[in-house]
Amino acid sequence: MTPHPLLEVRDLAVEFPTAEGTVRAVKGIDFTVERGRTLGIVGESGSGKSVTSLAVMGLHRGATVTGSAKLDGTELIGTPDDRLRALRGRKMAMVFQDALTALHPYFTVGDQIAEAYRQHFGGTRKAALARAVDVLGDVGIPEPARRAREHPHQFSGGMRQRAMIALALSCDPDLIIADEPTTALDVTVQAQVLELLMRLQQERGLGIVMITHDLGVIARVADEVLVMYGGSAVEQAPAEKLFTAPRHPYTRGLLDSLPRLDDEDGAELRAIPGSPPSLLAPPAGCAFHPRCPAYAATSDGRCTGDRPPLRTVADGHRSACVLDEVTA
Amino acid sequence: MTTPLPTAPAEGAGAPAAAEAPASPWALALHRLRRRKAALVGAGIIGFFVLAALLAPVLTAISGTRPDTVDKKAIDPYLGGLPRGSLGGISSHHWLGVEPLLGRDIFARLLYGAQISLLVAFSAALLITLIGTVLGITAGYFGGRIDALISRFMDVMMSFPSLIFMIALLSVARDVNRVVLLIGVMSLFSWPYIARVVRGQTLSLRHREYVEAARASGTGNARILFGEILPNLTGTIVVYVTLAVPGLIGTEAALSFLGVGIRPPTPSWGQMISDAVLYYKVDPMFFILPSACLFLVVLAFTLVGDALRDALDPKGSRA
Amino acid sequence: MIGYLLRRLAAMAATLLIVCALTFAVFYLLPSDPAAQFCGKDCSTERIELVRQQLGLADPLIVQFWHYVRGIFAGQTLGTGQYAVQCGFPCFGYSFQSAQPVWALMMDRLPTSISLALGAATLWLLLGVGAGVISALRRGTWIDRTLMIGTIGIAALPVYFTAMILLYLVVTVAGILPYPRYIAFGENPVGWITNLILPWITLALLNAAIYARMTRNSVIETMAEPYVRTARAKGLPERRVVGKHGLRPALTPVATMLGMDLGGLLAGALITESLFSLPGIGKLFADSLNKSDQPVIMGVTLLASFFIVTSNLVVDLVYAWIDPRARLS
Repeated sequence: MTPHPLLEVRDLAVEFPTAEGTVRAVKGIDFTVERGRTLGIVGESGSGKSVTSLAVMGLHRGATVTGSAKLDGTELIGTPDDRLRALRGRKMAMVFQDALTALHPYFTVGDQIAEAYRQHFGGTRKAALARAVDVLGDVGIPEPARRAREHPHQFSGGMRQRAMIALALSCDPDLIIADEPTTALDVTVQAQVLELLMRLQQERGLGIVMITHDLGVIARVADEVLVMYGGSAVEQAPAEKLFTAPRHPYTRGLLDSLPRLDDEDGAELRAIPGSPPSLLAPPAGCAFHPRCPAYAATSDGRCTGDRPPLRTVADGHRSACVLDEVTA
Repeated sequence: MTTPLPTAPAEGAGAPAAAEAPASPWALALHRLRRRKAALVGAGIIGFFVLAALLAPVLTAISGTRPDTVDKKAIDPYLGGLPRGSLGGISSHHWLGVEPLLGRDIFARLLYGAQISLLVAFSAALLITLIGTVLGITAGYFGGRIDALISRFMDVMMSFPSLIFMIALLSVARDVNRVVLLIGVMSLFSWPYIARVVRGQTLSLRHREYVEAARASGTGNARILFGEILPNLTGTIVVYVTLAVPGLIGTEAALSFLGVGIRPPTPSWGQMISDAVLYYKVDPMFFILPSACLFLVVLAFTLVGDALRDALDPKGSRA
Repeated sequence: MIGYLLRRLAAMAATLLIVCALTFAVFYLLPSDPAAQFCGKDCSTERIELVRQQLGLADPLIVQFWHYVRGIFAGQTLGTGQYAVQCGFPCFGYSFQSAQPVWALMMDRLPTSISLALGAATLWLLLGVGAGVISALRRGTWIDRTLMIGTIGIAALPVYFTAMILLYLVVTVAGILPYPRYIAFGENPVGWITNLILPWITLALLNAAIYARMTRNSVIETMAEPYVRTARAKGLPERRVVGKHGLRPALTPVATMLGMDLGGLLAGALITESLFSLPGIGKLFADSLNKSDQPVIMGVTLLASFFIVTSNLVVDLVYAWIDPRARLS
């Protein structure tokens, strides 16, 4: 074992210049992913969770990325693209949300996997194709040799997502970033795909970053959870702590909005009122305060002053609410 | 994908309203248009030609020339009927010179030619808007067999060599009002392009919540079509009609150039160009003037249409 | 793929029949006296009667239509006895003015039209697609802005103007090239090029501008597709990401448009061929308009439709070959 954590992100920030002004999509977040562990990043659309993952992969074009992200001790941010390329797909791989649009419609599934393999390991086309068939089998696709010759549109949704995972696994990476990998799938297929990811993690000691808006997915797979809101981390905790003792009002709102079995029939769904903040003109102070039930009860200006930083509230548990003493 | 696209800000509760945020989409579009110099230049050119066409009788009264008056004094019979004087016979009487052979005044003919060109193009644009919108909405809204029928019809119409078919029709047509005939024939082959876009837009609008809601609450088809769908289509229609106008102007010129469009003595730009081609070496002004008018008008409509599309319909018809 | 091909062929046959019927309707039903129209300008009454008899215009319409369609596939003899004229397969009509089958007249002109269309298309593809790709990949830079403003201007240039300015500058003033006339490629390849280069440029400029704008939009749209990001995430070099994963889908619609334009141009370059006096099918059509040679006008109309319908089919097949998703529907 090397002394470095697999992925160590410090003060990562992403800004997009636009005609209407600079969008600060991610405002300095920290997290660590260890080998064989899963970090869940949860948040609404626009919270910056996908932007974070693309920044780690170095896939942003026209954005300013600052801070640090070290993969096995190697700095990724600010590294020239041709050096990053050797790591991308090889040491860290990505599983995208909608495999139908993320896989190329013109090429066979086998060719697309083989292309990645040959890029990093060379060798003949034939050997790469054989490798593609192997990984397709590994992810549980029946008749992999035949399916490798088919195009993505000939696959069912669940099989396509498995193929996407096979593509990510083809070069035996250490880290997998999965961006809403199950969102487009049926519930039963969703469960199968998540189980597949966890099995592969155990077999290969993969570090996984699981990005989702779905707390159900987080509950199933994550060891650590990072809750994002408006481009910042608002809470960070081991998974069971987050679910049993959430500290931030936003996290509580998210958990409350999950339907429960003990709900009375006909009870209304508890949604968080309001909508996600504008990234162009974010609210002052805590980005969540316009929607926060706790803020409604106070008006002493603590929520609208400086942006609240993450503070340790318990062992391994950090939250970014200035009202924590009041609401705890 | 959850990547926040750096476009319009979400109408979030926490978003402070921008100080000069325009109210309606039209006001917003106008606001964007004003910032584009090219669109302003285009609008200026269109305004200039529309005014010139409308004021043709007044302007020719001032210049004291008529479009069909033959002026034998202005041409030189010993030079094969070329205009006397330099630059195609420009003089205090003939401001833009005269035609070779007949000596008709080019200034007057250009003005009246603008009248015809714009009249034909605008009328055809109006007609294709009407037909295209009605059929496009019908196909998109009612779907099913009606849609299949209209769509198939559009496909067939679009698979014709339109210019050749227009010429064929115009060449056999009995002699009635040439202008009306031209407008009809040009519209016949141009409406499917608008209809296709309108159909696509209607199709996507039909499944929006507010339309579903209106339908669920028992609102009649007519009220949904005119109250909910049509207002949302106007932006797209305006864009595509504006972009269709240069094509129509060019087609009118081409048909008149080939001798099946506007017939003499009514002047039209295409006809003038056709006459002038023979003289391009010896009397270039005669050729350059109508070509330049054609160029400017087509350019102007393209500039304005392009800017309108960016302002009103950023994603085009692919929505 | 074979099932797809058969379906497409059946659809094409149906469209062709509709095209035949419409062309027939335009030329046989619309005029008050088709015989006078087919005979042409300044025909004597006897000549018109002869034409009426040769075309069988006294027969019921459906019989006339049948003869006309059968003629296309099997040829036919127009009229009887000493006035009979032979119009062999494929009979696209008979020009009474020039006493020749229209098919022969058109085939005589076809090589010119093909030369014009292919040369011009090569040129506008190089210019238009090149400019469009550069513009898209350098989006927002001064190169992009210059190219895109330039294309609006060039697209608005009337073809008459481009042709005449080229003729004036290159032929009259500079005297670099001779006045264009058609020389067969087999006869003298260099002469073929030097004589066609001005018409090529004229047609190419117009289309290059349109292709450049279309290519630019298509490339920008495709480069934003998730599968392009996937290609980058695999660690492929940018050259391969753009060249293989981006440009292939981006240029598919361009190929589609090219097919349609080529089909339209074979019999549709009326103005360019007229301006340069090139003896192509378009010039034949324009000349026939002046002479009121109705059978030729009808024949060319039909041939032009055939070209378009056929190119539609070719385009669809090529599309299905490039994009496997298209084979489904």
